[in-house]
Amino acid sequence: MSGVILFGLVACALVGVGLYGFIVNPQPLRKILAFNVVGSGVFLLCGVVARRGAAIGLGGDPVPQALLITGIVVAFSATALAVTVLLRLYEETESTTLAADTPPSTADAKRT
Amino acid sequence: MIIDAFYAAPALLILALGVYTTIVRDTFPATVGYLAYGLLLTVAWVQLHGVDVALTEAAIGGGLTSLLLVRASARLRATEVPARLERASLPVRGLAALGAGGIAGALALALLSLPDPAPTLAPAAMASIASTGVGNPITAVLMAYRAMDTMLEAIVLLLAIIGVWSLAPDRAWGGRPGPRYNADPDGILAFIARVLPPIGIIVGIYIFWVGADHPGGKFQGATIVAAMWLLTLMAGLTDAPPISGRWLRVLLVAGPAVFIAVGAVGAVLAGAFLGYPDGWAKPLILVIEFALMPSLALTLGLIMAGAPERIAST
Repeated sequence: MSGVILFGLVACALVGVGLYGFIVNPQPLRKILAFNVVGSGVFLLCGVVARRGAAIGLGGDPVPQALLITGIVVAFSATALAVTVLLRLYEETESTTLAADTPPSTADAKRT
Repeated sequence: MIIDAFYAAPALLILALGVYTTIVRDTFPATVGYLAYGLLLTVAWVQLHGVDVALTEAAIGGGLTSLLLVRASARLRATEVPARLERASLPVRGLAALGAGGIAGALALALLSLPDPAPTLAPAAMASIASTGVGNPITAVLMAYRAMDTMLEAIVLLLAIIGVWSLAPDRAWGGRPGPRYNADPDGILAFIARVLPPIGIIVGIYIFWVGADHPGGKFQGATIVAAMWLLTLMAGLTDAPPISGRWLRVLLVAGPAVFIAVGAVGAVLAGAFLGYPDGWAKPLILVIEFALMPSLALTLGLIMAGAPERIAST
């Protein structure tokens, strides 16, 4: 097993770890974070595919590498938007819960 | 076979930090873990011979994204304790682990059954690189072969800033983004915010310029310039501009607008949208990059500054 394939397997594991966190963590910020872990796993996997495409003196296939740069920037844009939505939600409701039946939040504590 | 420690060490640390950020109870340590995770991913990218990607990961994936998450976790600290009551039940966690593990396993199987030798577009990318006038094949892909992707990427950033601004409360519309930072004017933060930007701006512009022939480029360079601006903002040395400023908006749109205009010129003179007439590729790429760089730096800085929170007069 080469080092490159080891990175590939770690990338697969990261996708799994991120997905687990995305489902299990109740806080929206943790879900955004987990989503970024999934994203970085996917990027790393693409990076391994790019590295395997090394040819004619290049260290990797430049086409997937260029797409990865685009992907990282777009992932950042989406994360920034998601975080801003979350902060606004907190500002409005003083809670960030996604639960259908709201458990006691800081807002309820203030009202009572 | 023995795996090189330079592969094994970052790979295992990345996995460990990925698990840590997912399972640690509190959000703040999770976001700090993600920061370290991003920096280690940068090492992985260098090992995978993707130095351009490593620069992007260090600047945007690890740097800006982590800063967003760390700051948000500090603001949302009061939601930590109520969220503990919502912890997923054991069956849900078990099913989630099973499903996530299945997907990871399927991906690993796909990875191990990839064809050998791997298909590659490297020879095709190098075959016509002379016609683009740039020496870095990744820049050739970004600015010539797949320029459409890069144009849409710049527009995505513009949409992100419109989205972030749209989340302003009505009273703050047109005002200044984020809180006004008050740091100790004689403290270490204010000191660094005075000393570092001249160096950082030069480094950012260098990375932008060198991207034509070596690893680097406008996104990485613009991020470094934006980071210098954010540093002076957080040290309280400067304030974010009100978002109603006309010139601010012109500058934000200028980069993508020039990109689209050059694309339209290509449609007339070269027969395809974003096509470059023979011999004009390098000058046109430079026009796009010079227009895009300030727009990108400003857009990234303002996305980080966040939604307007203060009315313009304060």
